[in-house]
Amino acid sequence: MNLTLKIWRQKGANDKGKMVDYKISDVSPDMSFLEMLDVLNSELITKGDEPVAFDHDCREGICGMCSLYINGEAHGPDRLVTTCQLHMRKFKDGETIYIEPWRAKAFPVIKDLVVDRSAFDRIQHAGGFVSVNTSGNTIDANAIPINKHDADTAFDAATCIGCGACVASCKNSSAMLFVSAKVSQFALLPQGQVEATDRVLNMVKQMDEEGFGNCTNTGACEVECPKGISLENIARMNREYLAASLKG
Amino acid sequence: MSGILNSSIGRKFAMALSALFLMFFLLQHFAINILSVFSPTAFNEASHFMGTFWAVQFILQPILIIGIVFHFTMGIILELKNRKARKVSYAKNNGAANSTWMSRNMIWSGLIIEAFLVVHMFNLWWHEMMVKYIDPQVLDPNRYYHELVEHFQSPVIVAIYVVAFVFLALHLLHGFNSAFQSIGANNKYTKALKGVSKVYSIGLPVGFIFIALFHHFAH
Repeated sequence: MNLTLKIWRQKGANDKGKMVDYKISDVSPDMSFLEMLDVLNSELITKGDEPVAFDHDCREGICGMCSLYINGEAHGPDRLVTTCQLHMRKFKDGETIYIEPWRAKAFPVIKDLVVDRSAFDRIQHAGGFVSVNTSGNTIDANAIPINKHDADTAFDAATCIGCGACVASCKNSSAMLFVSAKVSQFALLPQGQVEATDRVLNMVKQMDEEGFGNCTNTGACEVECPKGISLENIARMNREYLAASLKG
Repeated sequence: MSGILNSSIGRKFAMALSALFLMFFLLQHFAINILSVFSPTAFNEASHFMGTFWAVQFILQPILIIGIVFHFTMGIILELKNRKARKVSYAKNNGAANSTWMSRNMIWSGLIIEAFLVVHMFNLWWHEMMVKYIDPQVLDPNRYYHELVEHFQSPVIVAIYVVAFVFLALHLLHGFNSAFQSIGANNKYTKALKGVSKVYSIGLPVGFIFIALFHHFAH
């Protein structure tokens, strides 16, 4: 496959940045999207040019590190996959592919396609955990009976890898799908009840302080989420938040 | 509790409550308007009741005006805040791949509906307030039907009416479900709401358009 790539290049956080065109030839349809970028970078390095910076780690679709807004969609045109699991056979020979970083005020660009997603870490620190006594008397979590439906739903929420595709896809750059997944995975389990009120209030407060937009329920996040996190989580977070506000 | 309206979820909730109230009002408005097609007498009686009953005039009417102004103002505030959350736009964004046109353009359909409301209120409501409270006149309790028929004789007014209600349908096609999602009512038990949403969002505006066209062509 021969392709034209339009890639966002930005030297650093304070650089204005621009889209730059690259031609790439002999791309195998069996390559992953990141492997295609690896080939491009090898060519750029050989020519003495600066390689394109992009985030990646496990390349198995589970770490949440890869990102990229490809042809106008987070993680590209395929569904329920991360960029590292997107294959070049999803594109046509001769196609022009736009590659951009996640765009959100709360996710500033560090370099090229790499953005700072530490806002998500700060939201997690605000309440995305359960406090467990680890002094030696820890009770095995499996010793607590949990309704099968609740356990499954909590697990579904817990599959969120925090990649930020929800923010990137949302026209408002809202982080509500991510935060709601983190709230839901504990809200549905008995271990999460003790800190439930503080958790949702603190996480939503942090989310708002980070500068994410308001959710207007377009549902784009759910469609583009590589883990299929459901909008039902946002409804659950709304219920949790309203109940916590009345209590708190 | 004090900070709830300063939070993103609190504002969503307030927006949804005002939307649900306005949707209920629309249903009530339609229920009275459709009477004009079947029985001028029933329409006059219902309109006279709404126009003279103190609780409607001095409690529900101010609440309705507050609801409209709140929904409109909050919608603009949220839109402006949301635009600030993305400083640099995408060079290529394929919004149609993951969301409906209606959901992405609520501000535009909302602004068109609001513009219609200004014209609508000026034409009908303001005139009613003038003759009832500001410059009181002796009023015929059976005037409502004739005023309605006269109103819809103008093709310009009917055209504006049709366009506005098409945009209302587009607004409701996203807004109805969105309001329930925002108040937290989205789970496996509420899937049926999507069917109700389509019936309401298309049926109600089509009903209003039918009333306008009926009176325009029938008289």
